[in-house]
Amino acid sequence: MALLELNNINHYFGGLQAVSNFNLNIDEGVLFGLIGPNGAGKTTIFNLVSGFYKPTEGEIRFNGKSIKGLKPHEVTSLGISRTFQNIRLWNSMTVLENLCISQHYRLGYGFIDSILYTGKYIEREKNVIKSAREFLEILEMKEYENEYPKNLPYGLQRRLEIGRALTIKPKILLLDEPAAGMASGDIEQLIQLVKWIRGKFKLTIWLIEHQMKVVMALCEKIDVLDFGEIIAEGTPSEIRKNPRVIKAYLGEEVTVHA
Amino acid sequence: MKRYLSTILYGLLSIIFVAGARFGLINAYEQIVIMFIGINIILCSSLNLINGYMGEFSCGHAGFMAVGAYVTSILNIWFFTSSPVFGGPLFSPGSAIFLFPITLIAGGAAAALAGMLVAIPSVRTRGDYLAIITLAVNYIVKSSIENIQVIGGARGFMGMGKVVDSMTSVINLPWVMIWIFFFTAVCIWILNHFVNSTYGKGVIAVRDDEIAAEIMSVNTNRMKMVAFTLSSGLAGIAGGLFAHVLGYINPGSFTIMKSTEIMVMVYLGGMGSLSGSVLSAVSFTLLMEILRPLQVYKWVLIPLLLIILMLYRPEGIMGNRELTDVFPKLRRYFPSREL
Repeated sequence: MALLELNNINHYFGGLQAVSNFNLNIDEGVLFGLIGPNGAGKTTIFNLVSGFYKPTEGEIRFNGKSIKGLKPHEVTSLGISRTFQNIRLWNSMTVLENLCISQHYRLGYGFIDSILYTGKYIEREKNVIKSAREFLEILEMKEYENEYPKNLPYGLQRRLEIGRALTIKPKILLLDEPAAGMASGDIEQLIQLVKWIRGKFKLTIWLIEHQMKVVMALCEKIDVLDFGEIIAEGTPSEIRKNPRVIKAYLGEEVTVHA
Repeated sequence: MKRYLSTILYGLLSIIFVAGARFGLINAYEQIVIMFIGINIILCSSLNLINGYMGEFSCGHAGFMAVGAYVTSILNIWFFTSSPVFGGPLFSPGSAIFLFPITLIAGGAAAALAGMLVAIPSVRTRGDYLAIITLAVNYIVKSSIENIQVIGGARGFMGMGKVVDSMTSVINLPWVMIWIFFFTAVCIWILNHFVNSTYGKGVIAVRDDEIAAEIMSVNTNRMKMVAFTLSSGLAGIAGGLFAHVLGYINPGSFTIMKSTEIMVMVYLGGMGSLSGSVLSAVSFTLLMEILRPLQVYKWVLIPLLLIILMLYRPEGIMGNRELTDVFPKLRRYFPSREL
């Protein structure tokens, strides 16, 4: 059984069909890539999986259970974590606080505990901070504990965002264009980071990316999306040679008659 | 020991003021100003939770204050005095001394419920839309009270003075002032713990980036509900205290003007700063009293001050920092709790 199954997904924005008859099975442990030109519907699919949109038609199953119609925070607490194309960190809070708040779903205490400072609160809060510090260590960002994310260089912000997604302790991690806006040196580091976290956390990773370099270096299996439809599927080397993919990316050769 | 320094200092300050009021060292006018400072601290810091920490724009705080004021006053009149509407007292008037905080909390609970009722349909809206909803709620509350003749309608509701008198006749102390000091401390205590817990920081995450908060497992709708309920509940308690300082309330005290006044205090102090809220409530209340001799011209000078503030320090006196961030040396005396 696949970890994540998307069956016959159709999604419309008003009259516009953004995703049409989309089928996908992601097995556990795979590093899966979804590529496609701008506006192909890649991010829409991520938004459908993470619960921001409810698919007009179709079924989404995670671990065999339907997650269609769940709220984003409920989807996340089941173990589907994601990052964003544009970095979305909480800039008025420190790096450590960023890594604490993402553990919200397993805080284990409520409003009353937080204002009365109960024993349960103190114990759980200690655990939260301890686990956030562990992640800081893993990310090799210990010296930035009390820094504000907006003061960090871009590469570190990306790293922090991925780290924050990991504090969810996800089974599958969705990365939405992690290399967007990065310099080539940073991209190299990012590739290493993704490879490394995959080994470290035994994660299934689903990647959306524009930069072919990243996709080719990381993914084992790639789907190519264009106008909401899958036009090709296969290993990186197969995809590279596929004429439909080349057409979608580079356009068609047209003979112009004089 | 150091951990309790702020509590001890606050306790001493309260005792000095209460003793001063009891033995006539502080005259009635000064007492009222002190009591209004306390009430304004509650109002300002509780609104700061929504407008500052959560980054929403609620401008109906006076409506929730009115709910608390009326519920507490009605309960007290019903329980402890004989009135034409409710008949004889339900309990002996002297028992008000124990039951007064309970009726205050009941008023707070009623306001919290009202806040929750407003929050349920409005968690999906943000910004301007929420502002309009809360503005409407303020008007709904005011007009409802105006049209319930049993509680005086537009003429107002009075008799809370008798309740206060019956408390002082048992033990001669300025009871309303004592409860204001007490509930101001409770309010700051609650808000301080809430916004410094990882749970409560979910509210700040909503302000910084709501989408990221939702995807990082923060139940944003619930956080908004909790913040709204807590904030309006505290406003309700402030309303109950307000009613017993004046001994008389009418719907005209809880208009959009009052809401605006509270908002001004929040923006003056700094959004997302509790110590800023306290500072600004104290200084704004005092400023209003100092400028009282100017009469109408006060309303030229205060908006002018606001304009100057917005031009030169738009983030307010404290911004989103606390006093211990501005003066790090204070941490030596008032350490934050370590986990």
